[in-house]
Amino acid sequence: MITAELKNVTKAYGDKTVVDQVNLQIQEGEILALLGPNGSGKTTLLKILALIEAPTSGVVEFQSEAVTAKNAEQLRMQSTLVFQKTTLFDSTVYSNVAYGLKIRKIPREVLDEKVAKALKLVKLEGFEKRPAKKLSGGEQQRVAIARAVALKTKLLLLDEPTANLDPKNAAIIEEVIAAVNREDKTTIVMATHNMFQAKALPHRIALMNEGKITEVGSPADVFGNLSRNLARFAAVDNTFAGTAKATAAGTTMVDIGNGVQIEVTAQKRGEVSLFVNPQDIILSKSAVESSARNVFKGKITEIKDLGSLVKLKVNVGKPFTVQITKRSFIEMGLNLNSEIYIAFKASSVQVL
Amino acid sequence: MVDVLGGIIKAFELIATGDPTLYGIVARTLFFSSIAVVLAMLWGTPIALLISLRNFRGRTIIKAFFNSLIGVPTVVLGLVLFLIFSKSGPLGFLGLLYTPAAIILGEAVLVTPILISIMSNAIEAVDPEIMNLAKTLGASESQAAIAVLKEALNGVLLSNIASFNRAIAELGVALLVGGNIAGLTDVLTTAISRYTARGELDFAIALGILLMLIVFGINVVLIMARKAKMLFTLWRNPQ
Repeated sequence: MITAELKNVTKAYGDKTVVDQVNLQIQEGEILALLGPNGSGKTTLLKILALIEAPTSGVVEFQSEAVTAKNAEQLRMQSTLVFQKTTLFDSTVYSNVAYGLKIRKIPREVLDEKVAKALKLVKLEGFEKRPAKKLSGGEQQRVAIARAVALKTKLLLLDEPTANLDPKNAAIIEEVIAAVNREDKTTIVMATHNMFQAKALPHRIALMNEGKITEVGSPADVFGNLSRNLARFAAVDNTFAGTAKATAAGTTMVDIGNGVQIEVTAQKRGEVSLFVNPQDIILSKSAVESSARNVFKGKITEIKDLGSLVKLKVNVGKPFTVQITKRSFIEMGLNLNSEIYIAFKASSVQVL
Repeated sequence: MVDVLGGIIKAFELIATGDPTLYGIVARTLFFSSIAVVLAMLWGTPIALLISLRNFRGRTIIKAFFNSLIGVPTVVLGLVLFLIFSKSGPLGFLGLLYTPAAIILGEAVLVTPILISIMSNAIEAVDPEIMNLAKTLGASESQAAIAVLKEALNGVLLSNIASFNRAIAELGVALLVGGNIAGLTDVLTTAISRYTARGELDFAIALGILLMLIVFGINVVLIMARKAKMLFTLWRNPQ
């Protein structure tokens, strides 16, 4: 069974085409991940699937029924989208989670129970009366997830559900995603930047670039055969494409361009893709001698506060994403444009 | 020499003894202004929603138009409405001139620009994703618009209070289309001008005091309501 299908869907704003001739079938019960760089059209594609944006041309089908301006409002009830930027109503947690249920005219007795159940799922039991906007960022996103899963829609759409969250909150949300797919057989389409999420959760991955879906396949396929695209599009953080050569010392050196050469332990030659986990990178203010084979000097170009963690972009010729604790960040006195060294072991580099 | 002190003393006597003429004017004024604000809400809210949520050609011009209308002199508007409502005017056949309905309609028109401007600013300050959020949770177009209005509640209330203040304190419209007929279409401002002209200063002063009390009262209630809401939230959700 096909839950939703896009046929030749194009979306343009003025003369800017954001989604370009996309054909995509979403199978009932699957988790499909949309992988692509910022601005590749993932969010717009999700909004089209959520029926809150109409395509400029092409057909959207929901359970084999073509969506029209007339039936969109009705069909919209069968799917829901969780936005990347957490959006909450300025009211209590209860009112937020109950909103969609009230619109579906769920009777009061059942309503309380459904809200409590959804909050339990995201580990926010007893939070009903709290003002939603006073919660921490991670808790707010969990409220948004609870509000969506409470509706038990056929199709659940998630736009980078764990971006900008610390690992603890991200783990809770990933568990919920897996649980609703497993237990309620909810079909899920999620956009993600997270390598591990893309590898572990989805049944299929669709690679998106410049508004087009370039590849669709299983995670093994995409991270194996199609890995060139993955790295070239910077679809996930810290993936790089390069040429691997043997060194005199018998190790492997990968040239990823802009003068950046990365030492790896894998014995591969030729064109390869690399991935470095942001948590495996060590930051220091000076070049320290260590066992790390890869040390680069760069500048901080972006700082994102994730609560207990801080996510940094460090440009060393190529942009690296680094995740450190808030405490280290403050103690090191880091700022935008701070000069900094990044270091990681050759064995921390995964060669795809 | 006008006996101001005597007038003030007598004014307080009138207020204290609950003079029926005096309080009749107060009641009429409150009634006219309230209905005017309700009317302005009815046609102003959809316009405010439209110009703040929809992107269309000429939107900026419409906004500028309403913004500039905020400052229109009430006498000028009163004159325009007089011409419209007068026997030879386009709406003369309705026979509304010098009736309470004319004042209510006139004041509703008067406060519409201020209502739309404040309300649309408040709606624009709401996270633009709220509309999409409501929709993806199943809301229809109008349910989503209500969700946006709820988020802008403070601004919506402010637009109502500001409109009410403007309606209650204006003179030109009520005078020109209402005719200032004692006991029928006289309101606080027009009655003050009439009693002053007649030299009945005690009445004029009493009405002036009451008008000031009402305007102050509304603002105090507004501030208290905000504080109460804050206290209530704190009490319900101790940090």
